[in-house]
Parts: sequence; structure tokens; C-alpha cells
Amino acid sequence: MMAGREEPLAAVNDIAAFHLCQVNKRYRSSQGSTVQALADINLTVRPGEFLSVVGPSGCGKSTLLKLIIGLTEPTSGHVRFGPGGRAAGRIGMVFQQPLLLPWRTVLGNVLLPRDITRDTPAPAAEERALELLAMLGLEQFAQHYPGELSGGMQQRVGIGRALLHDPSILLMDEPFGALDAMTRDQLGVDLLRIWEADRKTVVFVTHSIPEAVLLADRVVIMTPRPGEIADVLDVPIERPRTLERVNTPAFGELVARIRAAFRHESTYR
Amino acid sequence: MILAGLLCWQLAVRLLGVPIVLVPAPTDVARALVAGLANGELPRQAWVSLQEILAGFGLASVAGLCSALLLTQSRLAEKALMPLIVLTQSVPKVAMAPILLIWFGTGMTSKVITTALVAFFPMLINSVLGLRSADREHVDMLRSFGATRRQILWRLTLPSALPSLFAGLEVAVVLSVTGAIVAEFVGSSAGLGYLMQATNFSLDVATTFAVLVVLGGIGLSLHGAVAWINRRFVFWSTP
Repeated sequence: MMAGREEPLAAVNDIAAFHLCQVNKRYRSSQGSTVQALADINLTVRPGEFLSVVGPSGCGKSTLLKLIIGLTEPTSGHVRFGPGGRAAGRIGMVFQQPLLLPWRTVLGNVLLPRDITRDTPAPAAEERALELLAMLGLEQFAQHYPGELSGGMQQRVGIGRALLHDPSILLMDEPFGALDAMTRDQLGVDLLRIWEADRKTVVFVTHSIPEAVLLADRVVIMTPRPGEIADVLDVPIERPRTLERVNTPAFGELVARIRAAFRHESTYR
Repeated sequence: MILAGLLCWQLAVRLLGVPIVLVPAPTDVARALVAGLANGELPRQAWVSLQEILAGFGLASVAGLCSALLLTQSRLAEKALMPLIVLTQSVPKVAMAPILLIWFGTGMTSKVITTALVAFFPMLINSVLGLRSADREHVDMLRSFGATRRQILWRLTLPSALPSLFAGLEVAVVLSVTGAIVAEFVGSSAGLGYLMQATNFSLDVATTFAVLVVLGGIGLSLHGAVAWINRRFVFWSTP
């Protein structure tokens, strides 16, 4: 991961982590009508960039992530990956709900991907899992069961599980959406700290505009029915970012611009 | 509460002079129970019934779970078999007991099969419910890590089904006791059901009541055993 960053900038920019080309996704609703979940999505995601996707509910954000990880196929268009392709373990996904297995310990849940792929020796995987738990501040909870943990801690376990295979791409589907505001801020800061360490490619879906701006290099603005990319904005705020950045004029201005983009969308519709 | 009830029962029987062939007093029942245990008749018949109950229950549990697996894993099997199952479920199973008696004789086999039939459906229905309880998000989560269908079955579907499976087992084990006794009523030469009828005919009602006590004991302990395993095994869903 670090080796990639030492290459000349131009070379890095040449390779896309992946890109979506003219992607459309339609599905049949339970009433029998056809719903256009995504329309003509073109998006190139650069290696090592932190990309936020904001949009209201129903704009196809989650479908976008499912297409990238291959849980669903596009109706037309395609998703292309850079070197390495969409190999197992290359992409990790964090979901809105922690989706932990209640009969497995915290450690067992983090080790779940390894138990599926069986590609690493058990002791090595366990060592890696314990490292991750330490990084997430959960080392003393390794032998606890998910039912004994708070929502924020459960979501940390979900993040650890996604990171077990050290994926180069991390997809996050409103991972902090079900948490209270304070836990949410804390997890956002923690996520940035983890990301700064090795700069994975992150696609972070959220409906919180400040959260999207605080975390991302670029913010993709999506509008619903059909799910389209309305705009892609750069976030020229220097890193490392902290919660204090929220109070700077540059931050406020960006948030206002994104809000305005949504207001504009809803008035002319 | 129970002691007070027994005391009222005892007093009512004694004060009103109820004949022992109608309702024996608790002390009469206790005496018959001790006598039956001492001469080995109660334990011997109880052992016969217990074997039938356990064999029938085991058969019903395995068959119920396997059928449920087939039904939930194969859409074809579900379409072909579900209507048949609903149809047969609406027939009272104990009504099959006389027919099974003709087919399999008065020995243990007919009792085991009747018991299994009675216990099968609650097991099947609960298993199907359990095997369908894993939600879409968890399946997607496993698939995102590259899990195959079989891995999803072993790592998610089956463990998620355990609470319902045990609910099915708890109902099935109690029904197994009923099934075995009813089957013995219909025609047998051994077992607690046989003993109840025999003592009833000879107006030894105190012993009939003693058999009831033993049956209650068997039902309670079997249910208790299943419930205990449930608590130990499915620790995440039982409070």
C-alpha cells in the first residue's frame, strides 16, 4: 500500500482503482413496474482516494456499492477494475447495520472472512484480527459476544471484519447511520486515523453532508428517481483532518454548496 | 400452592366420602405409586413407553429437520411438497393410530410411528420458520466476503434457525408423550398407556392416577432436558 504512494503522482493517477462506465440498473418492483435505480453512472475512482457519496434515501447509493462489490449486476454498462481485478479479499464492505453473528465472539466475527476464504493460516489471521481490534480500541472485548457491546462498538467490529483481508478498496454503506451523533463523530475521526495509516481506496456512502465533506477527497452528489450523479466536488481541505475543521469557513462553504445543489434539484423537479 | 391444592383435594375426598373408584385421595395415589415402584411394575411399563417416546421423538426431529432443509433449499421441493404437507397436517394424526396398528402390529413399531407422526409437524413447521429467519442483509454480508451457498447454509442459515428448531423440539417432545400413550390406548400389551387402561378396567383408579403422575414426571423431565440444552446451546437468543 505504501509502495504505491511513493510512485510519481502521474503514474498513480493513470491507474484507476475502478471505474463505472455508463452503468444503468433497473429492477422490477413488487407492484410489477420497472424502477430505474441508477441511470448512466460514469465514475472513476482513483487508487487511495477517499470518496464520499451523498444523496437522499432512494437515490441508489446502496445499489452503487452492491454493483461495485458484485452483489448485483448492472442492467447495462460495466464496472472495470484496475490491476488485480475484483479478486476475493480485494474489496471489504461495511454495512449500515453491524450484521454481526451473535453466536460468534467479537474475535470470531472479525475472523469470519478468513473462515470463508480459508486463504491464511489460522494463527496468522488471528494475530491480524487482534491487531485490528487493538487499533479499534476493542482488544479487551475480543472474547465477548456482540450482544454485550454497544451499537458503536458493534460497528467497529464490522469495520474490523471488513479490514481483515487488508482490502485495497473499502466500501462503506452509511456505516454510522444508525449511531447517535457523538458516537458517529468519534467513529468518523477513528476512521480517518485508520485510513491515514495506509490510504485505501474508500467509497463512503452517507446522507450526512458534513460527514461526507469532513472525510472525503471528493464528494459525489447523487439525486434520486432515477439515481444520477448530479455533481462531483473536490474537497480542498488539508489533511490530517480533525473535527475542528468543521468550524472553518472553507468547510462551511462546501457544505452550503452541496446543500444548494440538492435544493436546486428538488425545486426544478 | 401445589401443597394447598393437594390438601384441599385430600380433605374434599375424605369429608365428602367420594368412593375411591371415582377419585382417589392423594394419599391413596401416593400409596399406589410407592407400591407400583416397589414391585417394579411402574418402572418396567414406564421404560417401554419411554423407549417409544424417545424413538418417535428422535425420528420426528430428524425427519422434520431434513424435510425442512429440503423445502427451504429447493424451490422445486417446496412447490411439490408444501401442498401435500399442509393437506396431511390437517388430518388428526392420532386418527392414524388404528391403521398403523394393523400395518405394524401391536408391538413397539406402531407406537413409535404414531409418536413420530404426531411430533413431526410442529418440528417441520418450526424448522422451516427457523431456516427462513436469516435476513437478506446477513446473506449479502457473507456473499460480500465470497461465501458460497453451502457456506451460507452452515455459517448463517443453520445457526440462525437454532432458536426456532429448539422451539419445535420443545413442542415435539411434549407431543411425543401424548402420541405414545394414545398409541398404547389403541392396542398394546405393555407401556404406561396399557397400564392405565388395565388398571382403569379393574377399577384400580389409584394406580391409574399414579401412572398419570409418572407420565407427568416423564413429560416434565423431557421438556426440561430440551429446554436446558436450548439454554446452553443457543445462549445468544435466550435471555
